[in-house]
Amino acid sequence: MLGKLTWQAIPFDQPIPLYTGAVVGLMLVAVLVWVARKGYVPYLWREWITSVDHKRIGVMYCALALLMLLRGFIDALMMRGQQAFAFHAAGFLPPEHYNQIFSAHGTIMIFFVGMPFVVGLMNYVVPLQLGVRDVAFPTLNSVGFWLTAAGSLLVNVSLVVGEFSRAGWLPYPPLSELRYSPGVGIDYYLWALQISGVGTLIGGINLVTTILKTRAPGMRYRRMPIFCWTALASNLLMVAAFPILTATLAMLLLDRYLGFHFFTNDAGGNAMMFVNLIWAWGHPEVYILILPCFGVFSEVVSTFSGKPLFGYRSMVTATMAICVLSFMVWLHHFFTMGASPEVNGFFGIMSMIIAVPTGVKVFNWLFTMYRGRVRFTVPMLWAIGFMVTFVIGGMTGVLLAIPPADFVLHNSLFLVAHFHNVIIGGVLFGVFAGYNYWFPKAFGFKLDERLGKAAFWCWFIGFYVAFVPLYAVGLMGMTRRLQHYDQPQWHPWLLVAAVGVLLILCGIVLQAAQLIVSIRSRHRRADPTGDPWDGRTLEWATASPPPLFNFAVLPDVTGQEPYWGTKRKAIEAMHLSAEPAYEPLEVPRNSPTGFVTAFFAFFLGFALIWHIWWMVGLALVGAYATFVVFAWRDVTESLMPAQEVARLDRANRTARALALQEMHA
Amino acid sequence: MMAVHRSSLVPIVRPSLRAAARTVSLLLLLPCVVLAGCDGAALRPGLLDPAGPVGQAERTILLDSLVIMLGIVVPTILCTLAVAWWYRASNRRAVYAPQWTYSGRLELLVWSIPALVIVFLGGIAWIGSHDLAPTKPLSADRKPLEVQVVALDWKWLFIYPEQHVASLNRLVTPVGTPVHFRLTSASVMNVFFVPELGSEIYAMSGMVTELNLQADRTGAFHGLAAQINGDGFADMTFDTRAVTASEFSEWLATAQADGPTLDDAAYRALLRQSSILRPYTFRNITPNLFEEIISMHLPPGEGPRVTQANADIGSMKEE
Amino acid sequence: MSTSESALRLPSSSVALDLRAAPVLIRGEATGHGEGGPAPKRIVVGFGFWIFLLSDIVMFSAFFASYAVLGDATAGGPTAAQLFDLRNVQIETACLLLSSFCCGIASLAVEQRYQQLTQLALLVTGLLGLAFLALEVQEFAGLIARGAGPSRSAFLSSFFALVGCHGAHITAGLLWLGTMMAQFYAKGFRPDICRRYLCFSLFWHALDIIWVAIFTIVYLIGVRP
Repeated sequence: MLGKLTWQAIPFDQPIPLYTGAVVGLMLVAVLVWVARKGYVPYLWREWITSVDHKRIGVMYCALALLMLLRGFIDALMMRGQQAFAFHAAGFLPPEHYNQIFSAHGTIMIFFVGMPFVVGLMNYVVPLQLGVRDVAFPTLNSVGFWLTAAGSLLVNVSLVVGEFSRAGWLPYPPLSELRYSPGVGIDYYLWALQISGVGTLIGGINLVTTILKTRAPGMRYRRMPIFCWTALASNLLMVAAFPILTATLAMLLLDRYLGFHFFTNDAGGNAMMFVNLIWAWGHPEVYILILPCFGVFSEVVSTFSGKPLFGYRSMVTATMAICVLSFMVWLHHFFTMGASPEVNGFFGIMSMIIAVPTGVKVFNWLFTMYRGRVRFTVPMLWAIGFMVTFVIGGMTGVLLAIPPADFVLHNSLFLVAHFHNVIIGGVLFGVFAGYNYWFPKAFGFKLDERLGKAAFWCWFIGFYVAFVPLYAVGLMGMTRRLQHYDQPQWHPWLLVAAVGVLLILCGIVLQAAQLIVSIRSRHRRADPTGDPWDGRTLEWATASPPPLFNFAVLPDVTGQEPYWGTKRKAIEAMHLSAEPAYEPLEVPRNSPTGFVTAFFAFFLGFALIWHIWWMVGLALVGAYATFVVFAWRDVTESLMPAQEVARLDRANRTARALALQEMHA
Repeated sequence: MMAVHRSSLVPIVRPSLRAAARTVSLLLLLPCVVLAGCDGAALRPGLLDPAGPVGQAERTILLDSLVIMLGIVVPTILCTLAVAWWYRASNRRAVYAPQWTYSGRLELLVWSIPALVIVFLGGIAWIGSHDLAPTKPLSADRKPLEVQVVALDWKWLFIYPEQHVASLNRLVTPVGTPVHFRLTSASVMNVFFVPELGSEIYAMSGMVTELNLQADRTGAFHGLAAQINGDGFADMTFDTRAVTASEFSEWLATAQADGPTLDDAAYRALLRQSSILRPYTFRNITPNLFEEIISMHLPPGEGPRVTQANADIGSMKEE
Repeated sequence: MSTSESALRLPSSSVALDLRAAPVLIRGEATGHGEGGPAPKRIVVGFGFWIFLLSDIVMFSAFFASYAVLGDATAGGPTAAQLFDLRNVQIETACLLLSSFCCGIASLAVEQRYQQLTQLALLVTGLLGLAFLALEVQEFAGLIARGAGPSRSAFLSSFFALVGCHGAHITAGLLWLGTMMAQFYAKGFRPDICRRYLCFSLFWHALDIIWVAIFTIVYLIGVRP
């Protein structure tokens, strides 16, 4: 009746997941009850769950990412703790659990923290920077978000119902085949990623179309903000690379469910093909994550240096070069798999070549600060911290790109330190910078600066204390993913690393405190004009938060940094430009399509994992029905009357006029 | 229109100075720690104290490349901090040039310096890939020792085909003699690694990879598996002993005289998932055992036995 | 967000207000990348769907790649030359090509707002597509009955996955086709339904192109000695 699902799937005999699950479950119930009691359900349904507004969806993506960061970080705490204790000892996590924890850590951090965070920032900012009202396909945008959320829900459910994958964040066969992993763990992983992968693809198509086909009048390619260029490159990579992941995971699913032989030991299966295919996706994936962060840094460094970005064309060229080159380096993830020296050498050289445009970017940021007026706000601290940290990570990457060096460093903790160096120093620092930078735009008040700076320092120092020892211990021959070890010389370094991760924990606690304190004192730190940082790009031309329609009239763009030019003119003339002629606007209607689709997708995934075939059928029917109902809509947009548009716009104009007066007073 | 009031244009000077000092001192500390460890015992043994020619060549490449890269990275980091600090908004002595956004000469410099370094390192990568290719025989006046390696769940089987012995979880080699490995896996993907001797290599089911290593000093070296292969992964370590020629002959003689035989039945027993606590040897190896494993005439490993525990969380296939 | 449709295109455009500042239009339409502001919906939707098709082709490429790699991995079992019936493939190809042709006729009918021809052409498109599917299912069933199912060898796994993926797309396309027919019938030739039909026809033709690649690489090249 319920396939393979029985009561034994719940880990009654394993205290850690059991109590964690119970606590989280209770917290969830408490929150839901509180929300219901306070009467927030209609508001949440109307304003958030069924919203197709890119700003709301962007915020939800970022909120999902922050939540999953907590789960992924707890996994990290457990891993560092285990390795600190498990010298000549069993530690507190048996191998079956430890292997699930590092697999979940990697999967969650890449797919459910990194991806949603950058996608959320891009969703929020790109339409504003392009001077338009929304992305190309708003309802599809909502579907994309909710599918990602459904995928992340599946991964989290695996903690309390069944188990998760034990084969690492990329499950190499034959270990991930049914024979060597007969449990449901790999299936949870595969279906969660297939579902959220559809969401990612939808997002990619959406933003590519938005950037290429729906820009404000006059915004030619050379006038597009650099963040939009990096968003374009990242989304093109999503469209080009994620289908490979879908196909490869589908092949593994076919092996596991229908007895196919793509990657099995017998009947001609080829496990090496999995490694090639998965990394053909995997390498572009890390560039998908980092390119938008490069864009964030370009915006942040430029704004807080009081100067336009240095070498705009060079930056664009470098971005698109990285985009293309990212498809030509995948073999560097397995130099030790026995390829010929010509093949290894080729991919090693290509991997180094891709470091060149990245280096160019770092220098251009440096030259942006040069002869500027640098303000050390929280986003700028993250940016400078990134510039220092990322070049070290890039350096170790170039070292690993030399095949003979990789021959002794492959899969070691040196490698782990390298990729955390670039992912934390690059992606995480970037999304934290973006979060602090655009938070006032999204919510109308700034985050607390002092707590933000304290959090930065804890993260920055904590990162080095946690990962420099891992470089050292990798040079001492320690490999990754060890549940226990006997080499005494590794132990002290791993203890230091554990201290580092506790420092990072302080950073996270401070970030949480920053959010809470800022919300409580939000009236004191309100952003009345919509331009709290003296910004240069179009998003700062709107109110904070922007009205539903973003711009009452689409701006007519006549140069790079259009908002900066308009602002300068207004300051010199001592008054704002003339009020536009307000007209009624069509805004897309809310739709529950995304949420309902994701509901069916979640149950489809769950049913497939547990072999509950009748539920699979029902979920598929439900998904198709949702599609038909959505297609059957007669009214897709509603009209916002001109008076409403005028009222909202005039409120912001008044605030800005006031600020202008105060400036000249 | 400008929402930033003058007061917020004056950043906090002292914290930024403190910040800069902290960062610089931290960064200066790090290489010191690393270098100190290189000399001291803190970083030994490992890749930085290799016991053979392959490991030594790889260490040379690693350290040389590190120095070259540090030559770019350290100045970049110092410049970043210096520029950020000097051009802080409160420093009125600094020139403010908000229109300066392009310089052809700088662009040329900025593209060409990384490019040149990469050309140089690329040469090292190309030459190094060829010189240190795992399949390249090591130059020596001695005939290489042939060892066939089978990665099992979760132990290592070393077959000495010419000497008709095999060893479980212990690799014994004579000093100064190149060892030619042919590796395969009986089940999942594995990676064979002796950090103090040099290169890792994958071991995969149904195919053979090759590796050449040599120990130039006697000693006991740590060997391990470097690719997650299941619950017994951390237990899959092995002993590597480099011994003198006479010690090697003695060990061979003992192994040939005593111990279980490695026939099909014994091999199939090894296929079951288990970890080995104490190394031991086999004698009377079935001829062509390795070839039978590669060609799948002997089946691959079984995978986990479906126990009551894992059956209940859905490990069993539906009836 | 809405833009006006040009007077040169669909006459029954939804009334939407052009809110741009002085636009520069090319043939009456904004391009979306600099001049005139965002492109009209028909272009935006079509472009977005093209990007989706490109991503779908990348996915098929991965399956083609696996077919190329595993083509010789017959594990002692039957090979392509022993299994494939080229006559059946010819009939399947004819069905699919003809159904694309009918889809084209339906596109013309939609443009002329000719309900009956639209429904007829779409019906024939669907029936031909169904015939294709039926033949393919029959082929698969036959192979499985002969012990040449996907679990026999890696080569057969890659064959079933590649051709089966195409078949799954055809199935989804047929469901979509049915929905389109119902929509045209119930709601007429509304602009958004016509845009959706544009996407469907792109999809259907793309599947045809992929089929050409499949029968060339898998069947024609596969059965060569």
